[in-house]
Amino acid sequence: MTAANCIIRSAVAEICRPWLRHILSHDEWTALAHAAGAERWRLLAHWADMVQSHALFLDPDAETVVPVSTPVEAGHYPALSPILPAAAWYERMIHDLWGHEATSAADLRPWLDHGHWPHSPPLAARSEPRPSGEPPMLSGPDAGEAMVLPLGPIWGQVDEAAHLRLTLNGPAIVRAEALLGFTHKGTLTLMRGKSPRAAARFAARLCADATVAHAVAFAQASESAMDITAPPRAVGLRIVMMEIERITAHLDNLAEVARLADARAIRTHCSYLREILLRASDSAFGHRLMMDCVVPGGIAVDIAEGGPQVILRALGDIASKLPAIRRLHDAPALSSRLIGLGRVDREQAAAFATSGVVGRASGNSFDLRTVFAAGYQDIAPRCTVHADGDAAARQHLRLREIEESIRLIGAVLDILPPGAVTVQVPQVSGEGIGCAESIRGDVWHWLRLDHGQIAAAFARDPGWALWPLVERVLEHASADDIDLIRASFALPASGMDL
Amino acid sequence: MTIRMPRSELIEPVDSETSESLVSRLEAAAQTRLGRSLAIRHVNTGSCNGCELELRALNNVLYDLERIGLRFVESPRQADVLLVTGPLTRNLRAALEQAWDATPEPKWVVAVGDCAVDGGVFKGSYAVLGGAGLSVPVDLTIGGCPPPPARVLAGLRTLLEANAK
Repeated sequence: MTAANCIIRSAVAEICRPWLRHILSHDEWTALAHAAGAERWRLLAHWADMVQSHALFLDPDAETVVPVSTPVEAGHYPALSPILPAAAWYERMIHDLWGHEATSAADLRPWLDHGHWPHSPPLAARSEPRPSGEPPMLSGPDAGEAMVLPLGPIWGQVDEAAHLRLTLNGPAIVRAEALLGFTHKGTLTLMRGKSPRAAARFAARLCADATVAHAVAFAQASESAMDITAPPRAVGLRIVMMEIERITAHLDNLAEVARLADARAIRTHCSYLREILLRASDSAFGHRLMMDCVVPGGIAVDIAEGGPQVILRALGDIASKLPAIRRLHDAPALSSRLIGLGRVDREQAAAFATSGVVGRASGNSFDLRTVFAAGYQDIAPRCTVHADGDAAARQHLRLREIEESIRLIGAVLDILPPGAVTVQVPQVSGEGIGCAESIRGDVWHWLRLDHGQIAAAFARDPGWALWPLVERVLEHASADDIDLIRASFALPASGMDL
Repeated sequence: MTIRMPRSELIEPVDSETSESLVSRLEAAAQTRLGRSLAIRHVNTGSCNGCELELRALNNVLYDLERIGLRFVESPRQADVLLVTGPLTRNLRAALEQAWDATPEPKWVVAVGDCAVDGGVFKGSYAVLGGAGLSVPVDLTIGGCPPPPARVLAGLRTLLEANAK
């Protein structure tokens, strides 16, 4: 048995369906972090509640998920970041929201808290009013006469709010530092005290281009906590919605990258195809983005009469245009622009637990649909991997994933069982974890119910893995390429700002 | 051989009253037909990205925003319209106000989506102030979560009409 597994086996465990959450002492917690680093476990998420700090690991060999917790004593718990660098931003977030300090953390600057909230920390048992004043958010300027290029929070043409500060040496970026938290809406506080049905609205609004994935992960977490399962028809239709979301988002990304690279034809094709699919989902599910269509216990409404045909027709249009789009993509005008751009090597991607298109484009084959995601076993999703790790590889992979998603939707609709689409939601207590493969990678939701009401919750967006990675990637890039690199990573903001 | 002159009627002087009325009609038509163009700067004040997705759809060939004289620009200094999406978070209030200050007069503010109208589902959160109207004067609201592109387009066209008058 491996060292990490030994530590876990000997610990007390609580039920956190579908897994066990192991309660570790501070020493065991630190020992586990060392073992996890050595055994290449992935840190999937790191969060807290009022009395404990939690971490979610993936054991890649056993293909199992390991939730662990350690008590917070006198406002402190041992930091993971000196051992696992990917934990650094989570620790800053935990400090801002719950007020727990990670002892000997790599970085203790605020993250979400920009000094404007009326009281803090907002999720602590005792939240104090505090004087206004802006805390130091970014590290000091570099020594010497370095030129600093600040971008955002209002940037791009129509974009999310985030701030990126680049230190330049001529056109080359020497250092990139991201600052997020601008779109922090207090989602976790709003969820607290509500029933899962009522709180699903907030889960669906964490990140709109992955609204279905977040809603599915949240619904699964609630269903696990209540120990119920959604009816098979609802599980099938959830997959249809998630794959439609993936196709529309990938088309949007292809269009956006094409716009920035001046490839008009691709942009026109992709944005048109995206629109016809959005219209199809509007007539099938009643909402263009399928927001609020997934609820704990099933889905909000069954697919409309004739809905499957409308969707399949739109998918047929997309499938018939894909070869032409791929040809345009491979033409030298665009491919010479994208090859080698924003390259991520396999080690880097693994270090930040990057999954999704970015992870798979750099040789990491992790895809939740092939392991934990409910309902996918029957349709055998194929996970495509690319080795190059650059923007061209990511765009190629997006095209491949569109193809695969079209196949998956057809397969699900073929075997879609009749029956109810929702089950009764009991008013019980419990704890659960849910996950879904979103357009950018794995989404994880955790929640604890107290007599049918949410006592604590956390949502992990793939952005937590993408942003720190992009900071590293930009360090070797040219400042002229920044928009294109950012677009090819499809960087989110709202989902991780909570 | 003599060249025969055409026997055209003599030209009377034009009726100045009619010509003036024509000039004024042409000017009015030009103002409404040609002078209607607005540059839009999108300002995200904490959106979940849903409104942005629908705003991006306005650029596709089916809506084609630019055919009616609307376009997105990259700086508030070039903008006539600030198009605000998302509930106004405390962390983005200063950014919105700076964008408003940087936009030259005359300017319009359009709040797109339920969140920008009054805070939407995020009303009452410690991190959210409410609608964009709490920080800058809003001229037009377009509700919906998110509003479909057709509705955004209809709203923006009313703004064009108003601007042309």
